[in-house]
Amino acid sequence: MLTSGIILLAGSLLSPNPGLIFWTAVTFVIVLLILKKIAWGPILNALEEREKGIQSSIDRAHKAKDESEAILHKNRELLAKADAESDRIIREGKDYAEKLRADITEKAHSESQKMIASAKEEIEQEKRRALDVLRNEVADLAVKGAEKIIKTTLDAEMQKKIVESMIQDLSTKRN
Amino acid sequence: MKRVNVIQAKTLLKIIAVLVPLLFTMNGLAYASPEQPSKALKSNVSAPAVPAVSAPATEAAQGAEVAEGEEKAGDVIMHHILDKNVLAFEPFGEISLPKIPPIAGIDISITKHVVMLWVVSALLLIVFSVVSGKYKNMSATQAPKGLANAMEALVEFIRLDVAKSNIGHGYEKHLPYLLTVFFFILFCNLLGLIPYGATATGNVNVTLTLSVFTFFVTQIAAFKAHGVKGYLQHLTAGTHWSLWIIMVPIEIIGQFTKPFALTVRLFANMTAGHIIILSLIFISFILKSYVVAVAVSVPFAIFIYLLELFVAFLQAFVFTMLSALFIGLATAHEGHDEPAAGVAHH
Repeated sequence: MLTSGIILLAGSLLSPNPGLIFWTAVTFVIVLLILKKIAWGPILNALEEREKGIQSSIDRAHKAKDESEAILHKNRELLAKADAESDRIIREGKDYAEKLRADITEKAHSESQKMIASAKEEIEQEKRRALDVLRNEVADLAVKGAEKIIKTTLDAEMQKKIVESMIQDLSTKRN
Repeated sequence: MKRVNVIQAKTLLKIIAVLVPLLFTMNGLAYASPEQPSKALKSNVSAPAVPAVSAPATEAAQGAEVAEGEEKAGDVIMHHILDKNVLAFEPFGEISLPKIPPIAGIDISITKHVVMLWVVSALLLIVFSVVSGKYKNMSATQAPKGLANAMEALVEFIRLDVAKSNIGHGYEKHLPYLLTVFFFILFCNLLGLIPYGATATGNVNVTLTLSVFTFFVTQIAAFKAHGVKGYLQHLTAGTHWSLWIIMVPIEIIGQFTKPFALTVRLFANMTAGHIIILSLIFISFILKSYVVAVAVSVPFAIFIYLLELFVAFLQAFVFTMLSALFIGLATAHEGHDEPAAGVAHH
């Protein structure tokens, strides 16, 4: 039974059929040509295009990354430069302010010194003038005193004493 | 877990409920068919082969029945697998296909497998015109959806993992052939798994034709890549001239064994699966037991069916893969070890 089955199988399964071969060949070739024209072309093109698109967007992303990194780098540099600049400006400003302060102080100092000196001089002049006035006054007073004395007594001894005491008096007053 | 089990049990019951009556009608038809003389003859011949049955009187009768069932099973299986001139729609009747008068001594009448090839071609054309229409309507950066996506996965697989990795440089030229052969075989294989379908790739003539195409494509690619001189040098496999008397015939035979292996591999794989499924189903009729039907035939047939589904994809892939590999080998230049790596891999 089994052997007969195998013979049956072998006999008919492997039997050549030229008609079927012919039809298979014709069908396959026609399908191949039609599919090549209507399907594989557009599909493969689309796939390739997409592949290229993806590749180009990856490239673009890489480029953008590089660019942004460069910009970041530049920004950092600029920031550092700006920092240095501001530091410098602040330092200069400080120095200038310091100098200005010193100048002003010195000027004020010298001014005050000058003012003090002039005040002293004025005081001296004032004093001298006062002394002159006083001297005149004293001379006048002396003259008046002398007049009085002359009027009252003509005692030489007395006169002498009076004049001396007056001079004494004046000199103490003067001092 | 429980829910899944319930669903599986339900599906199984449904399948059994559908299958059992169908198979009974088939069995009934087989019994009804007029083969009375041969029945009597066969019963005598095959009675001793049947294992022990209690009463000698019933032994003969039982043996006759079993033998009858077995014979019928074989007939039905072959009937199912072989090419013929009718399209059978079992309970509804059948359509006779037109006979075409032979041209140049070749009988080119339409058969079941030719019709299946045409169905496959029509399906391919419909599916891929729809898919390429979708591709035309969308921009390059858009993602494909649905059918286009499903087909793109396969196309991309053939393009990169089969063609590009095996053929290498210049693979684009062979891509239409490889894609067509892949989808053609795949659809043929899958159509054999649906009711009323037949596996055209289970016919040795069909697979032979397809592998002859691969043979021609390979040879033409080899000629184009190396020229006539290079092609002849290839036949000597780079050995010393004293070895040519051995090497040249081996290389020439090698050219022909490749398509032969392709032919037999695809044909045998597709036929074997169907024979196994049908045999499993017929075990229950031969043994006349519901227990066998429920416990053995149906579960095992379902298992083999699922395996067949896998094999359908696998064999389409293997055929395409090997075609690409042969083209790659034929076009490879010396010291080009990429196809060799492919051989080692498979």
